[in-house]
Amino acid sequence: MKLHEYQAKAFFKNYGIPIPEGHVTSIAREAKQIAEEIGCPVVVKAQVLVEGRGTSGGILLAKSPQEAEKAASEILSKKIHGLSVRNVLIDEALSIEKEYFLLITLDREKRMPLLMMYESGTIYIETAANALFDNLDRVYIDPLIGLQRYQVRQLANRLDFQPKYLRGLTEICLGMWKLFCDMDARMVAINPLVITKDQRLLVLDGKITLDENARFRQEYLVDFRDYDVEAYGEFEARKHGLEYIKMDGNIGCLVNGAGLTMATLDCIQDNGGHPANFMDLGAGVNIDKVIAALDILLNDPQVKVVLVNIFGGMTRCDDIAYGLQAAIEKYGTEIPIIVHMGGTHAESGIKILKDLDIIFAPSMIDAVKKAVTIVGGK
Amino acid sequence: MSILINKSTRVIVQGITGREGNFHARQMINYGTQVVAGVSPSRGGSWVLDEKVPVFDTMQAAVEVTEANASIIFVPARQATDALLEAADSGVELVVCITEGIPVQDIAKVYHYMTTKGVRFVGPNCSGIINPGEVKIGITPEDCVIPGKVGIISRSGTLSYMIMEAMKERGIGVSTCVGIGGDILQGTSFVEAMEMFETDPYTERLLLIGEIGGLEEERAARFAAYQMSKPVAAFLAGKSAPPGKRMGHAGAYIEAGIGILKSKIEAFESAGVKVVTEIPELLKLLEK
Repeated sequence: MKLHEYQAKAFFKNYGIPIPEGHVTSIAREAKQIAEEIGCPVVVKAQVLVEGRGTSGGILLAKSPQEAEKAASEILSKKIHGLSVRNVLIDEALSIEKEYFLLITLDREKRMPLLMMYESGTIYIETAANALFDNLDRVYIDPLIGLQRYQVRQLANRLDFQPKYLRGLTEICLGMWKLFCDMDARMVAINPLVITKDQRLLVLDGKITLDENARFRQEYLVDFRDYDVEAYGEFEARKHGLEYIKMDGNIGCLVNGAGLTMATLDCIQDNGGHPANFMDLGAGVNIDKVIAALDILLNDPQVKVVLVNIFGGMTRCDDIAYGLQAAIEKYGTEIPIIVHMGGTHAESGIKILKDLDIIFAPSMIDAVKKAVTIVGGK
Repeated sequence: MSILINKSTRVIVQGITGREGNFHARQMINYGTQVVAGVSPSRGGSWVLDEKVPVFDTMQAAVEVTEANASIIFVPARQATDALLEAADSGVELVVCITEGIPVQDIAKVYHYMTTKGVRFVGPNCSGIINPGEVKIGITPEDCVIPGKVGIISRSGTLSYMIMEAMKERGIGVSTCVGIGGDILQGTSFVEAMEMFETDPYTERLLLIGEIGGLEEERAARFAAYQMSKPVAAFLAGKSAPPGKRMGHAGAYIEAGIGILKSKIEAFESAGVKVVTEIPELLKLLEK
């Protein structure tokens, strides 16, 4: 889960990380008042969770409050990469002398967080993660000890960072680290951190990505979710502990296990079909969960056939079968359902379903081919 | 015999009184695994699984009495970090964590704590380990795989089961299958498991089952090229995955261009590792 810039900045402020003066609004008229309060020039920034909003006209400079209003109304009325802009952030515009990029994220190889910093201006956050594989300046953070001041000094030293801003930089990095831990973030990025011509050290933009696995102890963060970036069903699915992603094909998929789901979607593509979704039943499958999953699939008007591919392990095929049985009794079977089951309790699963109007397949590939044939693919 | 576990491994099941823990403890016993105890806070003193397995309140007590050297964790995500640290502190040498949904920062801490204690950590969010026909510490369905000489390392449980079943139908067996899990951070990586297989006399060749996300497959490709004498093949899932979405597994996402399947395929190809994305092709490859 990603936070908007204005949300991230509000957290930065709470953690002692200096940000420019600014306010968020959803009303263009208010942009004028905000600009008057802050003093022009200001930048008007679209709050939308896409990459590269700047190049899509999502960031405009305004020299007067009137211009700020105009810019805000322009941005608020447009769609950026298909998403409507609900809010704009109006920030004081600054004259920049130097720009830096700061990132705390997890290194999968070392299984520990790292802090990276480099002088930027050219590298965007979107591509900066590529730097993980390059030899950019970084320090590794022992998760049992945490980021230490000397590590920030090491980074600053390597970059010839001006000593008079070192104290400010240290506070920013320690604030980022504390925020990273407290919020169960997967990534905290600051881009850019700037030294202004009037000699201030400020964070102009930042990104926070939160760890979905920590949702159970970060419940308040659910309020920050942006429902615009989620397709129909994704919210519903999450309530039931299902992993669902809407795609644009017509073969509805219901699979257990993430890897098997991906392999099923790949197989559909290889056979000339188009998956309508990713749907991983996940752990702890019960009847209600299967009903909810089928409900989401059948509510998608694009779905012309449902492909159920289950390999029992942690999940038992009979549990899934009882769920399917209940769902079919509830919704009927206007849309053909193809089932492949293997693994734990597969035979009893198939036995439960055998009197229902279901097409059985002996293998995943066979099931996929049947589904593609039904929707009229090759 | 093969890597990590054998018939003399003495296993404690953490979370044995839960539905999953109980079910899979029985499956493991039936398969030939020595399940010597269960741990379930406040259920200590009772016996489960036909009154044959004693339950303890703590790992410390369970290890003291049973001299177990491995543990498997079925504890729900909210309590799993505590269970993992308790296992690390108990004196067992191997901890396999089946639980899905543990916060990633906790896993970083657990991994480093286990490393300081010299404990081998497998998982989380994994299917565990199976030496077909002999023993398993995990949840792999027993009848999907036969003994043989292919060592498997997989990020996905169910996908590995289906592949092993397809192999079984062709008479291709497995020495050990290690589920390393689908999370962002893994206690045991591809490379670390490959190191163990390289010196295992029962494994002739290796199959890696990978997916989108991270760069561990790329590292595995380099390791296969420079440090393995045994042939390595790879099956990869997720070529149809859209960027920016988490594909079920916490670790399966493409972000900032990192984690795409194309990069993994290229890495394996340039390392001389046969890489496929379709099961029929994989079977042809393994039959050679």
